[in-house]
Amino acid sequence: MMGKATRDAYGEALKELGAVYPELVVLDADLSASTKTQDFAKVYPERFFDCGIAEGNMMSTAAGLAAAGKIPFASTFAIFGAGRAYEQIRNSICYPNLNVKVALTHAGLTVGEDGATHQMLEDIALMRVLPNMTVIVPADAAETKAAVKWAAGYKGPVYIRMGRAKCDDITDPDAPFVPGKAAVLRKGYDITLIGCGIMTAKALAAADILKGAGITARVINMSSIKPIDEEAIIKAASDTGAIVTAEEHSVRGGLGSAVAEVVVKNCPVPMAMIGVEDRFGESGKADDLLKAYGLTAAHIAETALQLYKRK
Amino acid sequence: MEKLTAEEVRYIREKARQLRIDILKMITKANSGHTGGSLSIADVMALLYFHEMHVDPAQPAMPDRDRLVLSKGHGAPCLYAALAEKGYFPKEWLDHLRQEGAVLQGHPDMKHTPGVDMTTGSLGQGFSAACGMALAGKIDGASWRVYAILGDGELEEGQIWEAAMFAHHYKLDHLTALVDNNGLQIDGKITDVMSPVPIDEKFAAFGWHVIHADGHDVEALHEALEEARTVSGQPTVIIMKTIKGKGVPEVEGQVGWHGKAPTEEQCEHFLKEVEEAE
Repeated sequence: MMGKATRDAYGEALKELGAVYPELVVLDADLSASTKTQDFAKVYPERFFDCGIAEGNMMSTAAGLAAAGKIPFASTFAIFGAGRAYEQIRNSICYPNLNVKVALTHAGLTVGEDGATHQMLEDIALMRVLPNMTVIVPADAAETKAAVKWAAGYKGPVYIRMGRAKCDDITDPDAPFVPGKAAVLRKGYDITLIGCGIMTAKALAAADILKGAGITARVINMSSIKPIDEEAIIKAASDTGAIVTAEEHSVRGGLGSAVAEVVVKNCPVPMAMIGVEDRFGESGKADDLLKAYGLTAAHIAETALQLYKRK
Repeated sequence: MEKLTAEEVRYIREKARQLRIDILKMITKANSGHTGGSLSIADVMALLYFHEMHVDPAQPAMPDRDRLVLSKGHGAPCLYAALAEKGYFPKEWLDHLRQEGAVLQGHPDMKHTPGVDMTTGSLGQGFSAACGMALAGKIDGASWRVYAILGDGELEEGQIWEAAMFAHHYKLDHLTALVDNNGLQIDGKITDVMSPVPIDEKFAAFGWHVIHADGHDVEALHEALEEARTVSGQPTVIIMKTIKGKGVPEVEGQVGWHGKAPTEEQCEHFLKEVEEAE
């Protein structure tokens, strides 16, 4: 069922958390209407600070706020946060292990019409190589809310990747977020489909297609990319003998790579990775782009079928 | 405005001399470190830690302490000398500067070293962090102050001016920036490499209260810091005219001494010069 965008859930969660944590502050870089931090700003104007179009300063400022005991959530589009301000996140936040939440929206192709300069496809890779950083890619609105709530109570740097487009509601709305814990959304023994973000819903749809071909696919929602649920991956590899990953991100360095690192070290099985091949995005409607780049249930199912045949 | 007494001036100057001695010794021992830019800030560092700042070495994380961010993180030896002299940690630690497993990293590290308020080293970032601390204080209505020491070459970083805009926009009047205006950076004179001049007019245009002071005259620096305390509604920058390598004639104004360590023979001679200087 089509639900809200993850960014909408982010704004709602912040608003709720403002009442729980008096030390919670929110920073944005002139995109508060889009990132939804505006929802917080309307209720807690004295704890919202627009930093203007200066993302590097915003990240290091957040570090200073954290060093003085605040819980800063710093938001902008994923490209300008994880991209432009990468080194500030590394040196000002992760190295000193400061309590900053880097909550970025508009990740991936589904930014749509704005095109390649605004479509961040490398952020999971960039964020997960940083020591001390936790990396979360929620699959829907409910999981976003749970992840944001968890992040506010956790002491240390957290990256939360969110999107612009509305997405299907697929997770248990009452489940708390647990870092390093994946959720098996569907049981299956012939092959495993592991997704994150909007691609988890597509993996579920792909499992339906595969069912028609007599293949039972296990579907795992890997929203916690770092730490990653090694146990779930190893079990999937040994139970099903083949794994397909699906992410709205480059196939290099993201979820697929993170899963492959666990697989090759523990339980080598054939894998396929669905994502954006070594290229940039482009303008278009979100759904049209997902089709053009092969980020669809049909493509996942077809890839899984080919992999299943050679396992 | 209260002036320093003659006794206070003497005390702070002796502390500055001690910092210079410790800087030279630790960099020589490490055979690595930034000699010129550590010596140039010894006077302001002595004034801050031994007169100006409300800090307690027994409680490095005291919530209402004044904060110091060494945004020009390569001046770490001077910060370490001040922290050790103040009693944050034993002076023996200075002997292990920059060595594997040491508490004293090449650049200031808040997780390793007691008394270091912010991890710095990547230029421009410490200044923003100082703004974040000052903002936190403002949110809480706290009275503690934040001092950020910047290099003049560091002013070439775009992030400095993002932070300068931010500090003015949020009226961070308990934030004081101190620019170590020694005129040199690694590749040469700042005016030859990429001129940030005029520094004063730039900060003024960004809405800051600007003060000029001789960075080696503790009375002048004290007056500037006192003036900064009276400024309301805008942050203050003190542009400190300094000499890179101050205190050691052979090192003073020499670009080659930016990141060079003295040999043991040189150190012995330099120490004598510092000890015998007026």
